[in-house]
This record gives sequence, C-alpha cells and structure tokens, in this order.
Amino acid sequence: MYEFEFVKPTTLKDAVQILSDDDEAVVLAGGQTLVPTLRQRLAMPSQLVSLSALKELQDLSADAGMVTIGAGVTHARVAAEAAAFPALAALAGGIGDHAVRNRGTIGGSVANNDPSACYPAAVLACGATVVTDQRSIAADAFFDGMFTTVLDEGEIVTGLQFPIPQQAGYAKFKQPASHFALAGVFVAKFAEGVRVAVTGVSEDGVFRWADAEAALNTDFSVDAVMDLALPMDDVMSDIHADAEYRAHLAGVMLKRAVTAALS
Amino acid sequence: MTTSEEFGYALNFTLNGSPVTTEVAGNTLLIDLLRDKLGLTGTHLGCDTSQCGACLVHIDGASSKACAVMAGDLDGADIVTIEGMAASDGKLSSLQQAFQDHHGLQCGFCTPGMIMSAASLLKDVPQPSEAQIRAHLDGNFCRCTGYQNIVKAILAASGQEVEHV
Repeated sequence: MYEFEFVKPTTLKDAVQILSDDDEAVVLAGGQTLVPTLRQRLAMPSQLVSLSALKELQDLSADAGMVTIGAGVTHARVAAEAAAFPALAALAGGIGDHAVRNRGTIGGSVANNDPSACYPAAVLACGATVVTDQRSIAADAFFDGMFTTVLDEGEIVTGLQFPIPQQAGYAKFKQPASHFALAGVFVAKFAEGVRVAVTGVSEDGVFRWADAEAALNTDFSVDAVMDLALPMDDVMSDIHADAEYRAHLAGVMLKRAVTAALS
Repeated sequence: MTTSEEFGYALNFTLNGSPVTTEVAGNTLLIDLLRDKLGLTGTHLGCDTSQCGACLVHIDGASSKACAVMAGDLDGADIVTIEGMAASDGKLSSLQQAFQDHHGLQCGFCTPGMIMSAASLLKDVPQPSEAQIRAHLDGNFCRCTGYQNIVKAILAASGQEVEHV
C-alpha cells in the first residue's frame, strides 16, 4: 500500500470538514472493497477517513411503510434487523460471506456502486432515497454508471430510505470466490406498479428492466416472464461469464425473484 | 487513538484477553500488525485479495478478515486470534481437538481461519446442520481436504454424530 494518514472523526460534521479540506482524502465505510483496492495500489489517498465512529450513521428503524437504515449499518445488521422488509434482509444476508457482512456497510456499498453489488439492485427496484450530508437523492437519479454515482467530491452518504413493497424478491447467481452477482435481479411490487432492477450484468452498472416491469404489471407471475429475454446491448463479459451466459442468467434470476416475491 | 510522532498512531486494544498498547502507521493492516509487529503468525495471509478467509479473526466477537481491516480502526477493540483459542497451558479447545481427531486439515494453511470461522458459527448456532456448516464456510477456502473432514470436525465439536456425513 501507498502511505496515507488515518483519521477517525467522531462526528459527521468533522468528517465532512476533513473531506472538504482535502480533496485527496477518501472515506472508509467498512472497507471490504476499498481495503483490497488500496492493497493493490489502485488508489492513492492522502488520508483515509473512517466513518466507523459516527454513531449518527448506525440507526435502523421501520415505520409507516418505510425502512430507514443508517449508512454505517453493516450487512449483518440489516440481515438480522430489517424484519419489516424480509426481501432486503435476505439480500443483505447473502452478500459476500459472514466476515464481509460483519464489516461491510450499506452506505459504502451504495456509494461504491460496484456493477455486480447486490444493494444497488434493491435501492433502484424500490425507488429508495439516498440521503447524504447535503441532500436527498432519488434512486433513479443516483446511479450514474459503473462505480459512479452523482455524489459530489466529499459528499457522504448518511442513510437509505426504502419504501416497503407489497411483494418483493431478490435472486442472484453468485461468483463463487468473490460472492458478487454474475447476475442479480430485484423485483418489487408497489401499489403504483412493479419495478425490476438488474445488477451484475451491464457495463453501465445497475439498471431497470423495462420489459420485465411491463410484463409483471400486466400479470405478476412467473408465467408472465417465462419467455422474456434480456436485450444483449452492453452486457458484461469476463472470465467468469460471457455476455450470452450473463443475459441468460438474468432471465433465470428474474423468474426466481418473482417466485421468491410470491412465496 | 492519539497521534504518535514515531509511527503515526498509538493504539490500545485487547488481544486474546490481554491489553496491548502499540503504535502503527496510517496504512497498517490488522494482519500486518498481528504478524509482523506482535509476532502472532497463526493468522495466515492466503489469497491477498480478501476472498480466502485464512486471516479470519474475531473483532468484538464478530468474524472479520484481518487483511481487510485497518489497524487504526481498532482502538478499544477486543480481538481474538487463533492463538487465543487454546488454553494458556496449551490444551486445545474442543473445536481444535475435533479438527485433530477427525483429520480436518492436511497442509494446515487454512486451518486457523477455519477454526475462527467455525467458532463464530458455533457461538450463534450451537448445533448447526451440515448444510449450515457448509454455507458458513463459504468464505473459507481449503485446497486440500475437500471440506469433508472439516465439516465432520465441526459437527463433532458441536456434539453431533458424524457417521452419516
């Protein structure tokens, strides 16, 4: 690793100040992606600003059809405590392995926007709201391509607000070493309609699958999407899965997600 | 955590039940602190990509990869490594003894991580099923055993029959 300073502010205000004073500083929000990245010398921050001491990012609560989760809440805690939204708890319980889930945080995952991460699919499919130290951002406006969001330099995600769907399910086909999704599909049915988000598949990161949403709005059943094929534009291809296989997996995961939502 | 002139940061934490005061640089990983500075080489560095689980330790009771945790984050933490599993007189824990009895290791490189991972499972689920054990070991890679005897050892350590496995 390159050399850097390590700071652990105890208030959000202090963290924001450190980041605004130093544009080479980087937020550490669990570190299960960032630390391996640093070890490969793919990042060279001046200082690492750990958010682990910020108590204001640690709340998880549910009321009035909404689950609100602080950015510093670990995947393990979401899996154990988000009982009001079982599909989200199940998704969190399937991220990485137990050691990753004990350290990794929802805010870190969403801000990183890995194109194969699980949380972005839930955030986009639910039309969740990303709350930062500066503003609230709708999911449809938040993700901006692979590893990219509309967050400004130094802007810190402080929490997520998920409207709880009437029915929801998530299914992923995981890469067995990293446990990231080769394809993952989150289906969320609301009174206003069905939203479907796909992760692990596109070179542009998480996206909504319009054809699947249209089919499920007509008939919320596995049969309705039985023959649906994902358009092959911009599908990722790597040593783990080529584009054709990934697109096929997306269709299979869609059916499994609908099955989970109906169970 | 306070700033120290020589190394960067002074840290205080509990390691295998004993208080430790040390100094680290800003970019020190927990695994480097354990192995290189404190001489506890039981925690192994396997894949270097945070996927294999050989470096598993417990931080405040939660299994964590020592290669993916910055030492600076651990002021005040309670850390347990493989060296903390046996009794002070060297008597193995029942879980370690089960690994020996059931030949749950071959080369042994992954074993510290396996033990720490299994211990975290047994803390939450005292009598796990075979499926629960295999699911929990998802983040621990072994390239010798095929996992069979590891699963047997964990079943045995939890007081369950292993004949059917």
